[in-house]
Amino acid sequence: MIERKDVEHVARLARLALSAAEIEKMREQLNGILAYIEKLNALATDDVEPTSHAVPMVNVMRDDAPGPCLPRDEALANAPDRAGEFFRVPRIIED
Amino acid sequence: MTWEVVIGLEVHAELTTRTKMFCGCPTTFGASPNTQTCPICLGMPGTLPVINRRAIEFGVRTALAFNCRINTACRFARKHYYYPDMPKNFQISQYEEPLAEDGWLEIDVQGGTKRIGIQRLHMEEDVGKLIHDGTLETAPSSRVDFNRAGVPLMETVSKPELRSPEEAAAYLRAFRSVLMYLGVCDGNMEEGSMRCDANISLRRPGATELGTKVEIKNLNSFRNAQRALEFEVKRQAQALEAGEKIVQETRLFDADKGYTRSMRSKEYAHDYRYFPEPDLVPLKLEGAFVDGIRAALPELARAQQQRFVAQYGLPAYDAGILTQSRALAGYYEAAVSALAPGGSTASPASAKAVANWIMSELLRVVPGDDERAIAESPVPPAHLAGLIALIDDGTISGKIAKDVFEKMVRSREDARTIVQREGLTQVADTGAIAAIVDQVIAANPKAIADFKAGKTAAAKSLVGQVMKATQGKANPAIVNTLIEEKLAKV
Repeated sequence: MIERKDVEHVARLARLALSAAEIEKMREQLNGILAYIEKLNALATDDVEPTSHAVPMVNVMRDDAPGPCLPRDEALANAPDRAGEFFRVPRIIED
Repeated sequence: MTWEVVIGLEVHAELTTRTKMFCGCPTTFGASPNTQTCPICLGMPGTLPVINRRAIEFGVRTALAFNCRINTACRFARKHYYYPDMPKNFQISQYEEPLAEDGWLEIDVQGGTKRIGIQRLHMEEDVGKLIHDGTLETAPSSRVDFNRAGVPLMETVSKPELRSPEEAAAYLRAFRSVLMYLGVCDGNMEEGSMRCDANISLRRPGATELGTKVEIKNLNSFRNAQRALEFEVKRQAQALEAGEKIVQETRLFDADKGYTRSMRSKEYAHDYRYFPEPDLVPLKLEGAFVDGIRAALPELARAQQQRFVAQYGLPAYDAGILTQSRALAGYYEAAVSALAPGGSTASPASAKAVANWIMSELLRVVPGDDERAIAESPVPPAHLAGLIALIDDGTISGKIAKDVFEKMVRSREDARTIVQREGLTQVADTGAIAAIVDQVIAANPKAIADFKAGKTAAAKSLVGQVMKATQGKANPAIVNTLIEEKLAKV
């Protein structure tokens, strides 16, 4: 069972600010999802390899050949803040 | 009280591919900030990463050199954490199915060698570079350069089998040598191409359980790694002996102050929520791909060192210095073979002479671990061989040869050209030398008297004066013989 503190923990890790009502809503929805996934336990899956991808492909690789880069101004265009040639981010350490 | 030190090292190595791990951006070090990025390495929505084949080849090459098992099931995973050096807020790394596991690396320890187990080797992407305006603690804001974000990074984790800070430094030296011989990393620790984190704990000798470990970050040179670990051994021993418990934590080494300090816990939250990277299908590394890489593995420094001892009769010390880089070892062998006419084997004497000249003269001019500097050496191997050949055939003396070498460094000319132009050819004409010997003896009655009184050192000073009178060009062996003969008669 997902409890309120689990939702708060995950929300903090994901940098989501949730209101008390939202936390309760998420808790209910996440429990619903887990209950649905629990149905898999009714099946015998001991001999089934865990699936990480639905496509039967391996070894998709590219050559080590340079391609175009973004001009700096384009790379920085969506940044909330910039300092000359750099992205600028707020103070990293929390007080 | 005695403690057994237990150290494990994690080394991150940036691979010398032309492009990043999952996109075609170049990896040039020192490029203008934020000019080597694209929507993929900036983590823009809707973009898809594609694995760089060469990075995987480099990883497999290294894993084979470390005697690892290449995992046929190999997958990438997302490692989630928020830090401004990572645009996607997750790093593509590997978790449960790394590229390779279970290998070893041989290191030099006092009085022999020791095998250090390698637990795993995996591939991931590097993160961007943060520039703090002040220190991390005081900066009101920080600047980010994403040129490095996405550069192929290979992480290798040793088993906790290192037993002292010295062994840890030896491991790093051996590790760097392998990577540089393989040509997968430039090994430049100052530029951050090779970075090291250490786990260290103490326990009672004979104990089977490991003590509480501390992770030290920011070890950016062999020396700093050793210093940080030496400090940490003392700190932990003092704490344990005072009955304190070691706190499992991450500490940062301050190289200027020479101590480790606790990092604030919020800098690193260890809740990464790994899951398989849905945008990259698995790798299945086997068959011709791996066999081809295995077949092309170069001879590594340790094997080369042993061969130099066996093949050229060199002392192990010399062979160790000559194999500090693949370029220097190549230089050595090129010079030796240039001294052996028509594919014959060089004599042990000339093989040793080449080693001596490289160690005492060339390495003063060219750093032995700088591949490019060696390739562009002002004295190429053929020129060094030519100089030694002139000594061997009596054209110049060893003393003159040192001056000729300095001139070769300055002018990049070969030895013969300089010797001929400057008339440095050794005088081997016994008659001509005898005349000068007579003059020197006539001019130095005091030295003769001293010699007669039993001061044999006087003979040496006479030899020195003859050499001086001939500007070092007289054949020293002839001078010695003549002086001895004359003195025997007086």
